Amino acid sequence: MTSFLEITVRLAVWLLLAPLLPGIINKVKAWVAGRRGPPLLQLYYDLAKLWRKGVVLSTLASPGFLAATAFSWVAVLAAALLLPLGPWGTSLSFRGDVLLLVYLLALARFCTAGAALETGSAFEGMGAAREVSYAVLAEAAIITAVLTLSVQSRSLSLEAMLAPSAGAGAALLAAGLFTVLLAENCRVPFDDPNTHLELTMIHEVMVLDHSGPALAAVLHGAAMKLLLFSALLVQAVLPVGTLPAAAAVGVLFGGVLAVAVGVGLVESLLARYAFRRVPLLLTTAFLLCVFALLVAWKGGAA
Amino acid sequence: MDGLNLLVGLAMGLNLVALGSSRLPSLIQVAAVQGVVLGVMPLVMEPDFRWMAVLIAVATMAMKGLVIPALLRRAMRTANIDRDLNPLIGFVPSLLVGAAGMIAAVLLTRQLPLLPEHQESLLAPGALASVFTGLLLLVGRSKAISQVCGYLILENGIYLFGLLLIHSTPLLVEGGILLDLTVAVFVIGIIVDRIQRAFDSLDTRKLTVLRE
Repeated sequence: MTSFLEITVRLAVWLLLAPLLPGIINKVKAWVAGRRGPPLLQLYYDLAKLWRKGVVLSTLASPGFLAATAFSWVAVLAAALLLPLGPWGTSLSFRGDVLLLVYLLALARFCTAGAALETGSAFEGMGAAREVSYAVLAEAAIITAVLTLSVQSRSLSLEAMLAPSAGAGAALLAAGLFTVLLAENCRVPFDDPNTHLELTMIHEVMVLDHSGPALAAVLHGAAMKLLLFSALLVQAVLPVGTLPAAAAVGVLFGGVLAVAVGVGLVESLLARYAFRRVPLLLTTAFLLCVFALLVAWKGGAA
Repeated sequence: MDGLNLLVGLAMGLNLVALGSSRLPSLIQVAAVQGVVLGVMPLVMEPDFRWMAVLIAVATMAMKGLVIPALLRRAMRTANIDRDLNPLIGFVPSLLVGAAGMIAAVLLTRQLPLLPEHQESLLAPGALASVFTGLLLLVGRSKAISQVCGYLILENGIYLFGLLLIHSTPLLVEGGILLDLTVAVFVIGIIVDRIQRAFDSLDTRKLTVLRE
């Protein structure tokens, strides 16, 4: 019974807190630009509104369109449940669960891209192609980051990997993971979440044909993915797992908040990069993770 | 020793930034910042205060951080060239090759018969990596000014290697090298202007074509 309660609490945390993060980022952007900005809870209102609306489907779309959207949302949620939260660990931990986490995220992306192709729109196919080609590079970086954590903790399960701090390579790893976070969540130097010009958008163009509850699932999934990456980044760099419960909650929330503010600042200060510059940035993220791996290796050997 | 390793690590990171930067002003900036980082090193290495060391450090920082970049920027302005670098070796490949070279440098110095006090230091790998980066920039960029930046980074590598011998070489030698470097960059600044006037381009690939 307790485990049932625990999973319910976990689900509630992930489901209810996730839409807060884009709100914080938008507030930071508005603050830097000197605007009042949308309310902090704007995404909750949007989700509630979308949920009440009907769905308009492309005539070409098969049932696979809605199924893939739902599947992608469930995959992100499952990945989120695998991520340990500070001293509370995960509800499900086993050797190699980190690979499951990475591949659940890949599955979510596959489903989103599949749903985009399903609509038969040329623009959405283009967006899917771009998203997947960036993902190839971002995935190399995240796998290297995972390898770094696994080398320095000599373990393959997330709970043990995230418990100790990353040591000397922490700064390198943090920089690499932050870049990956921006790329994976389609934030500014890679993609502009506000743009609505089909020729330049990536993630936004893939979800053009989603409406009503399907769009709500996509938006909520994106918010959850952002929260997941922020929590992963904070726990990979700070030793949250070893702190007492109250301090861990504080550090975790503070860290996630700092990441959100950082994303907001990056979005206010940088413009989106030209497409040909993006591989360079992702290669940089990959190299940062490679050097973090080398530091972890050398530190482990000495 | 940790402070020094941090600085060398910073210089090695700047090597990669130099390989990845696609605009001429940012490349010049990176070479300047690396020069300043290198200038601080003798101060960190020498715990006891010596006038000569401080003088050389300050002179290095002033020359590499202010004078040489100013000369290069002036050359760039007077030659009035396109600031994109249009590389022969693309940015992503050169970044990857540079990183591979850096790792190879670390592995290679493990094989070198260094003094015991230099075993843990990053100076020797940093020197090799900087020389390699400089060579890569010299080979892989086509603008004359970007090749000068490659040459500066190569010289930075040699300077790093010289720091291994800081206790036995007179600092006067360093001063002489610094003077040579400044004069060289000064002369190159003039030559760049001449090349631009004679050929209407600073692309060194075009300099191989004979013309009246």
